[in-house]
Formats: sequence, C-alpha cells, structure tokens
Amino acid sequence: MSDLQSPSPQTMAQPPAGNPATAAAPASTSSRKGRIPLPQSTLLRHLLAVLVCAVAAVALLELTDPFRNSQLATLSYYAIAAGGLTVLTGLNGQISLGHGALMAVGAYTTGLFLSADEPLPLPVIFLAAIVVTSLVGALVGAAASRLHGPYLAGATLALAVGLPGLALKFKDTLGGEQGLRVRAPRAPDWFGDAIRTISGNSASATKWLAYVGAICLIITYFLLANLVRSRIGRTWRAVRDNDVAAELAGIRLGSWRVLAFVVSAACAGLGGAVLAIVVRLAAPSAFSLVLSLALLTAIVLGGLGSLLGALIGSALLVFLPQVTTDLGSAAGLDGTEAAQLAPFVYGVVLVVAMIFAPAGIVGTIRLRWLAQRAKRSIARESGR
Amino acid sequence: MQQFVNTTLSGLAQGMVFAAFALALVLIWRSTRIVNFAQGSMAMATTFVALALIQAGWNYWAAFAAALVSGFVLGAVVERVVIRRVEGGPELNAVIVTLGLFVAIQAAVAIIAGSAFQSFPAPFGLRGFTIGENTIALTPNRVFVIVAVLVTMGLLVALFRFTRVGLAMRAAAFGQEVARLLGVRVGRMLTLGWALAAVVGSLAGILIAGGSFVYPAYMDSLIVFGFVAAVLGGLDSPIGAVVGGLLLGLALSYVSAYFGGSSVVNLAALVILVVVLLVKPGGLFASTAARRA
Repeated sequence: MSDLQSPSPQTMAQPPAGNPATAAAPASTSSRKGRIPLPQSTLLRHLLAVLVCAVAAVALLELTDPFRNSQLATLSYYAIAAGGLTVLTGLNGQISLGHGALMAVGAYTTGLFLSADEPLPLPVIFLAAIVVTSLVGALVGAAASRLHGPYLAGATLALAVGLPGLALKFKDTLGGEQGLRVRAPRAPDWFGDAIRTISGNSASATKWLAYVGAICLIITYFLLANLVRSRIGRTWRAVRDNDVAAELAGIRLGSWRVLAFVVSAACAGLGGAVLAIVVRLAAPSAFSLVLSLALLTAIVLGGLGSLLGALIGSALLVFLPQVTTDLGSAAGLDGTEAAQLAPFVYGVVLVVAMIFAPAGIVGTIRLRWLAQRAKRSIARESGR
Repeated sequence: MQQFVNTTLSGLAQGMVFAAFALALVLIWRSTRIVNFAQGSMAMATTFVALALIQAGWNYWAAFAAALVSGFVLGAVVERVVIRRVEGGPELNAVIVTLGLFVAIQAAVAIIAGSAFQSFPAPFGLRGFTIGENTIALTPNRVFVIVAVLVTMGLLVALFRFTRVGLAMRAAAFGQEVARLLGVRVGRMLTLGWALAAVVGSLAGILIAGGSFVYPAYMDSLIVFGFVAAVLGGLDSPIGAVVGGLLLGLALSYVSAYFGGSSVVNLAALVILVVVLLVKPGGLFASTAARRA
C-alpha cells in the first residue's frame, strides 16, 4: 500500500517541509535563492492559499459564461466529495465504492429540508446534510474499520448498489424512480449587489449556485488541508502504512479508521447537498455505481492522498464527458452510445494509471521533482 | 404454504446462479488473491456475444457454447495483459484495476450493443410444472439452471481432483515459489485459472439472462450477490461459495416475498454481508485463521 503515496501528501501551493535543510533554517527563507518566501506556519500558509483560491474563483466565475458557471458548480460538488475520498483512500488506506451512496444521503437530506414551506437558511441545511451523512458514515465506518482491501471494496460496493433502493422503497417521501425535485434556494439581494460592484455582471441563479459551490469547496479543502497536516493526518498515515506498528505505538486502529470514514462521509454529504441544489433533483439514477467509480477515477488519476490531485481529477470528470461525447458524435455514434464513451475512458484511465503511474498526476510530478532536488543537493554537497 | 414452497424453489434456482458466480470469484481469489470485480462485466459481455449470435440466427446451444468459449478467451486475455502487472502488488491497486475493467467493459458493450433492454431467450419453458391443480414455481428452465450449475461444479471438482492440470493449478495457487521449483508453469496456470473462472462467470450470466432482459448493467447486482455469497462461505472455499450462494438465494427470496419487496433486496444483501463480516469475517467455511499484516 505504501507505494501508492510514498511522500507525505501536499496540499495547495506549499513547499514540502520534509527536507532537513528546510527545517533547520527557520525564518531565513530569504537566504535561499529562487524561493517564494512563504509563512512558516501551516495555518497561515493555508489561509494564504484560501485567499488566492477565492480570488481565482471569483475571477473565473466572472470571466466565464453561464454555461461554464454551471460546469464549475458541477466541478465543485465532485471535488468536495473527491477530496473526502482521497483523504480516506490515500491517507488512511481505506477504499470506498460507496461514496456515491453517501452523496445521495446528503442530497436527499437537502432536498427534504428545502421542501419545507419555510426552509431553514442554506448553511443550516448544509450542516444538517453533513451531520446526517456523517452519522451514516460512522455506521458504515464502524463496519468498514475491521475490513481491508477487497473485503472493504465489496462491502462498500454493496452499499452503493443497495442504498438507492431505499428511495424506491419510500416512494412517498423520497419520490421513487423519478426522484425528489429540489427547490433551489434563491440568491439573497446582497449577492446581486456584490456581483454588480465587482464585475458589473448581473447575478443569475446559476451564478449564485456556482458561488455556493465554490465557497463550500474552498472551506472544505481548507479544513481538509489542515487536518491532513495535523496530528490526525499523521496518525491516519501511520495506520495506513503499517497497522501493526501503529497499534504498538498506542494508536487505536478502529477508532481512527472510523474517524477517517466520518470525515470522508461528511465531505460526501456536503458534495451531495451542493449537487442537489445545482441539479435541482435527487434521483436514484444520479447516484449509481458509476458515480462512485467516477469519484475513484478522479482521485486515482489526480494522485491518491492529494487534494490538488482530487481537484484535477474532478475537473476531468466534468470536462471529459463533453469532449468524448463530441468526439463520439463526430465519429458517427448516436447520443446514448457517445455518452458511454466517458465511462469507458474512466475505466481505461483507472487501469492504465494503476499499472503505469500508481502515484497519479500530482504524485508522479512530485516524485520527479523530489528526485531532481535530491540530485541537485547531492551535487551541491559534493561540489563544496 | 404454497407461497412458501414457491419462494423456496425460486430462491434455490436463484441461489444456484449466485453459487456459480461466487465460485468464479473464489477460483480467482484462491489463485491470485484478487477479487475480480470485473467478473460481472465480463460475463455480461459474453452474454451479449451469445445474444448477438442468436439474433444472427444461430441455434441457442451453439451460441451458448460460443459464449463460454469467448469467456475463456476473455478471461485469459484479461489476466495475461492486465492483471499480471498488478499481481502480488498492493491489494488496493489490484482492486482498482479490476474496478477499472468493470467500468470499461460495461461501457464498451454499451457503445457496441446499445444500452436498451433486450430480451434473451430461454432454452426451456418458463411455465411452472403443475402438481395436482397447483402450479409451482419450478419451471423447466429453472431445472436446467440447477442442472447446468451442478454439472459445472462436478466438472470443476473432477478437474482439480483427478487431472494433472488441476493438480498443477492447485500447486500454483498453494505456493507459487514451491510450484515453480517443481516445474509447474505458474504463469500459465494463473492464466488458465482466470480463463476457467470467466467461463463459470459467463455460465452464470447466460443462465440468469435466460427468459429475461439483458442490458449492459444487468450484472451489477449479481456481482454484489456473488461477492456476498463468496464471503458468506469464506472466500477461500469453493464448497463455501456454493453453500453461501444457496443460502443467499433463499434469504433474498424470502426477503423479497415477505419483507418489503424487491427494492430492498440489494439492501438485504448488504446487511447480510455486514453481519457476516462482523460476526464471522472468515466466512462459514474458513479453513485458516484470518491473516494479519
């Protein structure tokens, strides 16, 4: 398992702190040439990254047309769920094929809360979706904590196939096969004013939802990035790399695995909540096994354990289907056949990535970079 | 009472198919320590081969045989080209690769054959036998399903017990290094194991399709049921897989008839799986204690 993600996972834009030379030279960043001086504190560095990402998100959403805006909203819910999954699989070594089903829990919870006559404020509803999904995640995680590898994959596969059945069983509340229509919340007045002052664009419902998605995404990744750099993240990696050694060091494997699952489920719940308001529908067909496997593709391709990788992989999930469908139509396939090209590519990507680059895009680039740097520092040492 | 008898009978027939599918998973698990999540897709692909041949005017039995042969080839090719590269590596990598195959094959079939529901013919009648004036749920086709699975199991037992190839395959599964020292071509045996497993999986696919509809995702729940059945019996034990398949078939049949209908069947399988894994993780027929680290 350890070769999936050998160096400690990086997040956003920060230099690795593993190098003794870096650690031994605090505050003297200016003495090292060619380096952007970044704050030493992880929290400050992450806050800086949040700021940069927020500015980038606003710029991106204001410079693109409504169609791109809605695509970016789609990207945000994929990325939120994939971020949770990459923490679970990459950092704690637990695979889950059930995250599509957990997203369904979040989406249905949101849909039910929004269908009230006087719906609660959106943040409260999102929190409720997170809490409900976390509870389900704790339940699944408690069972999952005793399993590993294929057993865990099979159990979560059963979850992914089984859970949407509940929507068919409770037709009256959950809408059966047709699904539950979700009333998308309306944008508050201040939002329109803010948009007008920033870019002069007029605020639309699509834009508001895209902003909600982006805000949720940035908050989620900020929290996850801090979590993986903390004691909790280190403990998860210890559990992943060698469970016997971790247990001997006094780590209770079971509770840490459950915690990882709960955190991951919380992200899936938020992802599902954002999905519900963006798609305006929570239907069983949206949470099929293909969704769970698509999330897995995203994190494997991006690089297991890397939040940046999860983001890149999610972008693939959003933009690739369009490209392949166009290619398929150009090649003479009809609509439904061309739509199947995307899952075909996911599958091939999973196989090829696992065989040739198990560290994913981010992991492979980082490994290259670390190797280069090691080579350079050796050269410098010997030249002295 | 009559409903109970009918539920039991259909549960048994269904359980036989689960058993065959679980057996395919166990065959692969024993030799390569990989759970083949692509089994369902592979079986679905060969069923579509049979369907295409039948639609082209072939006789059912010729198409049946062609599907099994294509299953054999597909299993061998998949092992040799893809799985060989992740065998013995981290278990998560192998899981992800088989999942990738699962998606890729399913999508490929959907591109070639379309996603629509197509009816698949049954070789025998679908009307239940009549005893006195009651029609029971045992149809000639179900008898065929049960007999076909039993014959396949008999052939597999004979292969592993009484032939040199079977002995070599057992040796390769038991200890690769030792088998290699004794002159067994381990790589070839693993390929053969995957090919045979794919044949058994294809058989399950065709049997469950008979008299029903096929579409690219029709094996999705069967892969779950097969996995649950295999775990129920202990992933290591072929007999366990058969017993697990029958038990699961019965259990799901009762759930469907008495507790909440067909929409919760998948969920019931999940509950059974979780209970088994928590209470007796090695399965009912575990031969060795669970290994750690």
